[in-house]
Amino acid sequence: MPESMLKISGVHTFYGHIEALKGVDMEINEGEVVSLIGANGAGKSTLLMTICGNPQARSGRIEFLGEDITRRASHEIIKGGIAQSPEGRRIFPFMTVFENLQMGATVSDPRHFDDDLERVFTLYPLLRERRNQRGGTLSGGEQQMLAIGRALMSRPKLLLLDEPSLGLAPLLVRQIFDIIKQINEEQNMTVFLVEQNAYHALRLADRGYVLANGEVLLSGTGAELLANEEIRAAYLEGGH
Amino acid sequence: MAGSTALPVTPTRAMLREAGLIALVVFGLSFSLVGFKIEDVPGGLAILTRFDGVFFATALAFLGRIGLIMLREQRALPVALTALPTAALVLLLQLFSGDLDPERSYPFRSGVVNWSLFAVALALGLRALWLTWHHGGSLSNRDARDAAMDRVGAKVQHAARFLGPALLGFAIVLPFLPFADRRLLDIAILVVTYIMLGWGLNIVVGLAGLLDLGYVAFYAVGAYSYALLAQYFDLGFWTCLPLAGILAAFAGILLGFPVLRLRGDYLAIVTLGFGEIIRVILLNWYTFTGGPDGISGIPRPTFFGLELTKRATDGETFHQFFGLTYSPMDRIIFLFYLILALALVTNLFTLRIRKLPIGRAWEALREDEIACRSLGMNPRNTKLTAFSIGAMFGGFGGSFFATRQGFISPESFTFIESAVILAIVVLGGMGSQIGVVFAAILLIGLPEFFRELQQYRMLAFGLAMVTIMVWRPSGLLAHREPTLRLHPKPGQENTS
Ligand SMILES: Nc1ncnc2c1ncn2[C@@H]1O[C@H](COP(=O)(O)OP(=O)(O)OP(=O)(O)O)[C@@H](O)[C@H]1O
Ligand SMILES: [Mg+2]
Repeated sequence: MPESMLKISGVHTFYGHIEALKGVDMEINEGEVVSLIGANGAGKSTLLMTICGNPQARSGRIEFLGEDITRRASHEIIKGGIAQSPEGRRIFPFMTVFENLQMGATVSDPRHFDDDLERVFTLYPLLRERRNQRGGTLSGGEQQMLAIGRALMSRPKLLLLDEPSLGLAPLLVRQIFDIIKQINEEQNMTVFLVEQNAYHALRLADRGYVLANGEVLLSGTGAELLANEEIRAAYLEGGH
Repeated sequence: MAGSTALPVTPTRAMLREAGLIALVVFGLSFSLVGFKIEDVPGGLAILTRFDGVFFATALAFLGRIGLIMLREQRALPVALTALPTAALVLLLQLFSGDLDPERSYPFRSGVVNWSLFAVALALGLRALWLTWHHGGSLSNRDARDAAMDRVGAKVQHAARFLGPALLGFAIVLPFLPFADRRLLDIAILVVTYIMLGWGLNIVVGLAGLLDLGYVAFYAVGAYSYALLAQYFDLGFWTCLPLAGILAAFAGILLGFPVLRLRGDYLAIVTLGFGEIIRVILLNWYTFTGGPDGISGIPRPTFFGLELTKRATDGETFHQFFGLTYSPMDRIIFLFYLILALALVTNLFTLRIRKLPIGRAWEALREDEIACRSLGMNPRNTKLTAFSIGAMFGGFGGSFFATRQGFISPESFTFIESAVILAIVVLGGMGSQIGVVFAAILLIGLPEFFRELQQYRMLAFGLAMVTIMVWRPSGLLAHREPTLRLHPKPGQENTS
């Protein structure tokens, strides 16, 4: 029985009067890659943000490594070992690659910094070459790598990725997913992946969830969901 | 003129209309500003009229505008033929009428204005003369001008590492230069005070991106901290300086705590309100602060316990200790070095902290608050540190102000002070340390040289501000070279 890392039960999140999450239950185990797919506006980003406490869930419970983090402040949650590469990458455009990575290490022990930097540079040798280039002048793919690298700088136990393949060419998409797999296998990193690209996301994932209108519609192993007729029709039409 | 055929020529009527419009604006402004003057005469007040000044201003604006339009279209010869004689005429009038009695000088009753007019006319005439022989490169070609200014900006940025020490060296020897009289040093002290305040506010606005319109509140807290501590507890300047800084920083935390969850415009409005609240408290808490009467007799700073006065109240004075003859300039020079040192501390602190994680965090916060949150930064604490450190330097500046003036009242801490300091930061190019220096010299130093114009010197302030906005909309020297690209490339910028 694998150990549960993140346990979400009955989470409701509101934006004003709009109920974006309507009682979500989900579980992520240590060492897994879990993918979350769903249509635009289903509430995927909201779920990732709620895990990080910004916005906080109005009701329900989120447990991380056995501790209740539902009411914790954002920076406390991140300090506890969750890192996020948010939707739209959000790297700092006027800071250099190196400075961006420094910002990623905000909550981690400065003594680890050199090791962590080396690890990220090994993963993305390109970032080493570009360390003094401004973030805003990187290409879309490079920016995505920087965003993931920046998230890894805090030595997280759980990595949340929001649409890392957004706006990338097919070749780069493949590369990004390969790297996610590599992080998972080599560093035994638990990854929670939100994706529009259902095919790649489910192929990579140990397990997957489908979110629709703020509720979990389906769940299962990656292979099961890939084979599911409904999902094929709704998310995989027209190939990948 | 062969080159002129390629350029569109404005029809005479359009030209007259444009110049007429400018003349009308100048007439409207100068009619009340220049046309009337209320004077104290024996037996009451009298209104003097100076319509000749209004006439000259309007006529010169009209001619000047036509001259600029024609220059733009490279019809330079007639401009040269008008501007140069005008310059000569102004020069002669000033030389022959002005030295007798300023009230009778022509065309305007102020030497400074006449000399400026002469300079502008001469520059216009020479430029026109130059263009008569050399076609090309036009004054109002915006793209070329912006590109040129960008190059200058980049060069200055590049030269900053030499320019900074050079300026510092100049500042250090300034009091001993032959032309450094009392007046110049007073202006220099004022300029350096604003440079220091600019650098302090730069931490809040330029680095952390928090638009603070109430910076004067901390300046006031610093000044009153020193004045009150000296009055009630008989403490000296050097004891009070750090205390004033700490109290101002504390005020920063107190004010910052509730307001820093607001952003942008909202933060600006609330800080503006706080600035006013502090002033109103100082004004109304009569028993403690003296209200509108202010506090006088604030002790002067000492040089390691040595007083810089003619006779010591107790102990020795500076000149006795060093066996010098007493000069009232000693104190001024000492004040100059004092504020220079305080400003340097502010600058070095900023340069250093920018490289530390907390400084990086400020800049990151300015770029993207949501990203900062997702990286585990605590935005409120990070902003609070920026706010309170900025406030601390405002407090240092305030206690310097108190010790220099010897007298303070709430009148010195009005909103206009916040606005001026903010203008220095923004026009200097947000976050640029050396830009703050230039902007302070331009905005504070320049109007001081026009002091002869009395309240009209604020016009010089306005002129300096408009000039910067027209020529460098992104600030004299924008912080970090790439920030320039935040705005559309020069050439797409024509809307400004
Ligand atoms: N800050 C906000 N204020 C108000 N409503 C919001 C806010 N953010 C999201 N929403 C709403 O919440 C719902 C879920 O949005 P969310 O961003 O979580 O969707 P998503 O599944 O990530 O979609 P996409 O695939 O397009 O990124 C949407 O209806 C959206 O309009
Ligand atoms: Mg989303």
